[in-house]
Amino acid sequence: MTYHIGVDIGGTFTDTICIDSENGEVRLSKVPSTPENQATGFLNGLSATAIALPDISWLVHGTTVGTNATLERNGAACGMITTRGFRDILELGRRERPQLFGLFGEFRPLIPRDRRVEVTGRLNAKGEVLEDLDEREVEEAIRTLQARGCESLLIGFLHSYANSSHEERAAAIAARLWHNPYVTTSSDILGEFREVERFGTAAVNAYIQPKIHRYVSRLRDSLRDAGVPRDLVIMQANGGIMSVDMACRRSVSTVLSGPAAGVIAASYISRLAGYRNVITCDMGGTSFDVGMIVNGEPIVTGDRDLDFGLPMRIPIIDIHTIGAGGGSIAHLNEAGILKVGPASAGAVPGPIAYGRGGERPTVTDANVMLGRLSSERLLAVSDAIDRDKIMKAFGDTIGAPLGLAPTQAATAVLRVINDAMAGAIRAVSLQRGLDPREFAIFAFGGAGPLHGVALARELGVPTVIVPYVPGITCALGCIVADVRHDFTQTVSRAVDDLAEEDLAAILARHRKAGEEILHHDQVPIERTEVLHFADMQYEGQTYTVRVQLDPAALNVAALRDRLAKAYQERFGITLTQYRPKLTNLRTTVVGIRPSLDLKRIVAATQKPGSFDEAVIGHRDVWFDESWVNTPIYDRAKLPTGTRLSGPAIFNQMDTTTVVEPNTEIVVDDFGNLIIKVN
Amino acid sequence: MANLNIDPATLTVMENALRQIVDEMDLALERAAFNPVMSQARDRANGIYHKTTGEVVAQGDTGLPIFVGVMQYAVQSALEAFPDLEEGDVVILNDPYCGGTHLMDVKLVRPFFYNGRRFACLANCGHWTDIGGNVPGGFGVRATEIIQEGVRIPPILLARNGVIREDILTLLFANMRVPEERRGDLQAQFAALNVGAERLRGLLDKYGDSEVERYMDELRERSETQMRAYIREIPDGIYRSEAFLDSDGIEPAPIRVALSVTVADDTLDFDFSGSSAPVKGPLNGTLSVTFAAVFVALKHIFPEVPINAGIFRPVRINVPEDTFLNAKYPRAVSGSSAEVSLRVVDAVFGCLGQAVPDRVPANSFGSVANFTISGYDPEQRKPYIMFRFSGGGYGGHASGDGLTNANSPIGASRTTPIEILEQQYPILFDYYRIRERSAGAGEWRGGFGSEWQIRLARGEAVSSVLGDRGRFPPTGLHGGGEALPTVVEYRRGGAPYRPEHTTKDEGVVLRDGDTARISMPGGGGFGNPFRRDPHKVLKDVTNGLITIEDANTQYGVVLTTDRDACRIDEAATRQARGGRVP
Repeated sequence: MTYHIGVDIGGTFTDTICIDSENGEVRLSKVPSTPENQATGFLNGLSATAIALPDISWLVHGTTVGTNATLERNGAACGMITTRGFRDILELGRRERPQLFGLFGEFRPLIPRDRRVEVTGRLNAKGEVLEDLDEREVEEAIRTLQARGCESLLIGFLHSYANSSHEERAAAIAARLWHNPYVTTSSDILGEFREVERFGTAAVNAYIQPKIHRYVSRLRDSLRDAGVPRDLVIMQANGGIMSVDMACRRSVSTVLSGPAAGVIAASYISRLAGYRNVITCDMGGTSFDVGMIVNGEPIVTGDRDLDFGLPMRIPIIDIHTIGAGGGSIAHLNEAGILKVGPASAGAVPGPIAYGRGGERPTVTDANVMLGRLSSERLLAVSDAIDRDKIMKAFGDTIGAPLGLAPTQAATAVLRVINDAMAGAIRAVSLQRGLDPREFAIFAFGGAGPLHGVALARELGVPTVIVPYVPGITCALGCIVADVRHDFTQTVSRAVDDLAEEDLAAILARHRKAGEEILHHDQVPIERTEVLHFADMQYEGQTYTVRVQLDPAALNVAALRDRLAKAYQERFGITLTQYRPKLTNLRTTVVGIRPSLDLKRIVAATQKPGSFDEAVIGHRDVWFDESWVNTPIYDRAKLPTGTRLSGPAIFNQMDTTTVVEPNTEIVVDDFGNLIIKVN
Repeated sequence: MANLNIDPATLTVMENALRQIVDEMDLALERAAFNPVMSQARDRANGIYHKTTGEVVAQGDTGLPIFVGVMQYAVQSALEAFPDLEEGDVVILNDPYCGGTHLMDVKLVRPFFYNGRRFACLANCGHWTDIGGNVPGGFGVRATEIIQEGVRIPPILLARNGVIREDILTLLFANMRVPEERRGDLQAQFAALNVGAERLRGLLDKYGDSEVERYMDELRERSETQMRAYIREIPDGIYRSEAFLDSDGIEPAPIRVALSVTVADDTLDFDFSGSSAPVKGPLNGTLSVTFAAVFVALKHIFPEVPINAGIFRPVRINVPEDTFLNAKYPRAVSGSSAEVSLRVVDAVFGCLGQAVPDRVPANSFGSVANFTISGYDPEQRKPYIMFRFSGGGYGGHASGDGLTNANSPIGASRTTPIEILEQQYPILFDYYRIRERSAGAGEWRGGFGSEWQIRLARGEAVSSVLGDRGRFPPTGLHGGGEALPTVVEYRRGGAPYRPEHTTKDEGVVLRDGDTARISMPGGGGFGNPFRRDPHKVLKDVTNGLITIEDANTQYGVVLTTDRDACRIDEAATRQARGGRVP
């Protein structure tokens, strides 16, 4: 037996999926996360699958250690050495306030002012040296920061994207004098202009590096002691995986990697199912994450902020998050307008239905009221649900002031939350000029399959895919992800002035660096794929548009053409009278992993039985203004190839799928529910 | 209060949908724009307006606050000039006296038709980096008439039946600097209107036009109800305050904003009688700017109220025509939108801070110090205009310190990165840093201002600056201290030069190696500084934000140093604070 294991640690649960690569047998576990030391939850999850650890052949892990340390501001004591005159860049930021209205709020920089030291040495925007780096000052700065208790060091100089020699020189001095390997240079993390963003992204790296290093090292040791023969592999926010050594060097790549893994799994599963344009909808207890897959590839962005004043400019899978989940609380605002979320009842006290002291009506409660969730039992709770209490809460807080019966109030709450989620989907698709009606919805997470079909109807999306194990999609994403490394180089020159051989040289350098890392990582791959992109704009603009490049046709005319086409598509305007400019060249080097046979998972886990045996009961569900007697199916017993019509409810260990009337459902060869919405 | 014909879920859906349409317009404008003031600094806004009254129906979440208030007046002027707008028509205007701000803010108004009927108006506004006139960038501090400030565009038809009247553009661009960039910005504004029309059409296809209209009316009623509920929270009474601008750039006399606010049950009455007369220089406000600034201030105090015409209804504003806050042709107005408006915000805060102290912070830095440098770059062989706003500190407030280097309360602008400015323009930054000691002391201190200095790297250039707070620094509240004032200083051939009007000058000629420095105010302090937690004072000292002496004199905190370490002398502090250590 050789097991492939994916472990995703979320805020509430640690999910583990374990697949026997020989016979396709799957084991799942869901155990509480242990925020104080995530390694404990990790090991608990592993032992809950009851496999023999020496049989593990592949172990991939998505961690939130870095994300949490940054958001909660409990990362390393970190020092910064920077260009004279600019030590406050991280604190000045882009001169913003946390919200447009209301002059309140605060910002705590990751590196406080007394740990930011300036040294002499200056470059200009072309990378020319205006003033030599004063190496003696660098040495002095290092000693000062050590005396002030810094554990980790960031070196960030102005214009280092154009010439990294000063940063490299300072790093070489630090390699000699710094008391540990935690030294980050801004140009190594991001070869891109815009000092706030480059320094900011590199600061996240320096801030979490010691924590990530300690965490994965400890985990690695525990696994080795437990007899796991293979090294751990770590998930990245760009949807790829990397070695533990890389994770310790480029720790910032682990931030936001959990949701990215979900999109990777979605793209993998839907590609097999025959869908290449997909909107991923991950709905949990507190948040709703939307991602987009276009032509089989998840959309990647380099334009996110982790939090107010904390830019993250490395390429990450573009996921738009709103505060909408099962726990979202329904209430009326001062104008008497119904609002749902963003406040969430969380896991404690949770929805009223959980019976843990929750008093305020939530989305989960509305689903119970309307028969969409079983009122006998919920996954998260063992006791019977107090339906009367829920009904009273809806009646008192929503129904009475709005003149609605409790059922109508619950319907209104679902409509508002579905609309908010549909709005998020519209925002991410229409902004890119993509029409959601040309996509399929891939619904996962604990609550995604409850709402997926309703969302599709709201948006006019024709197809909904509910994967075989929706609640554990992120963990599965860890297993199916490829190895992935990104490189950026700012060029910032008019297209007319470019020498094609210079561009080719940059791309070749990226490619070589990527291939070297793949070689060093020693993660088994089948082949290597290299993708090139350009960020372009018209001279004078500040925003850029990203286009994919064909390295075989890397010439001025092609670049000009790509930009014109992108503008016409996105904004419906032609700007060809302006000079096109190439801002950044980007390369992604992908090590393609051997593929996983999902059919064998279905074959190995399906319970034997006929369609009739899959029907486990009926209950009344509120659809379109009336109660409809709806069949309930045990999903694990549904044979592949089954066809049926909605309405229907599918129960399974980790979620409930609700399918509205006027729909056709197929269970495909991979165990997915493919739902056609008429 | 429930209206039986209104479905509560649809109401929420409609509110979100309308706002989302405008958000997308804002995004489209920002992404396609050419000048960094619109794209990076977000000096732009879009909106949906009533088809005949021009009242605001919806604004986006990221529109520049001062525009959000001004735009409906611009739409009303366009509708007044052209009551019979047809499909495919677009009105352009920038006239400050007809619902405008300063000339650089160019507005487009487009009627939106559905099934052959006018359903609404879509409009947007963007700051162009040049509009012609005496001074590149438009901030001519010696201007005494609008004619010197640039091209004034009263409401005119720029497009008729979907066809742009190119002759108008030819005329306009012939009178502006860097016309290609202007054309690109205009195209971005058109693109945003296209996006808005497409999305609005989608909404009407789904719900039907009469249904959407009904809900728009209901949302307006709800906003009004909500606004009245908040006003009722404010204790009834008459509250008075005043605020001063340094000077108009021509005459040395300070300019006074006098405000009295009467709160009576659920209505608010703002009266600016007693404010200074119109001034010679460009520090006049227009009626629409004064109105908009009042609403921006209210929205900062009550951020929860959604913006539509409903919130304007319980509010009455009187701005006499003999004051500088209601200037008429041909008064110069380039300082109206970012300086005069900020002082109006201070006056509103000054009044309501007495009534609802928990909701109102101390004075913010209160100036964006519009800085322009322009010339011909011999290396890139082209003319350039670089424009830069600056950030400062917000005032302390009842629950915390003010933000450091925040954007102006009437704006939403972000700063352009140094690495972009040094690449585009022949300048080098000597520093860009927190201005130490600039914040007002308080139990909750103000945030700190920023400070930067640039050096001309090649060629010759001309600089202008239009700022404020050079003589009247941000004041504290409830016993908090005042912040440092703005300082503008050039060095030419090594010799320092400070403008006579401290923060206002134009035609300052710079040569290779000459420098310009702007030091911005922090925010005012909130509450007695002697009540500030001594550990917070110590932290500001170790961070180099204030000195050991400041800790002692301003906060009554006595610190002792032992090599690199600094600690609180508890006994001496207790004594310095008169035994009142919290």
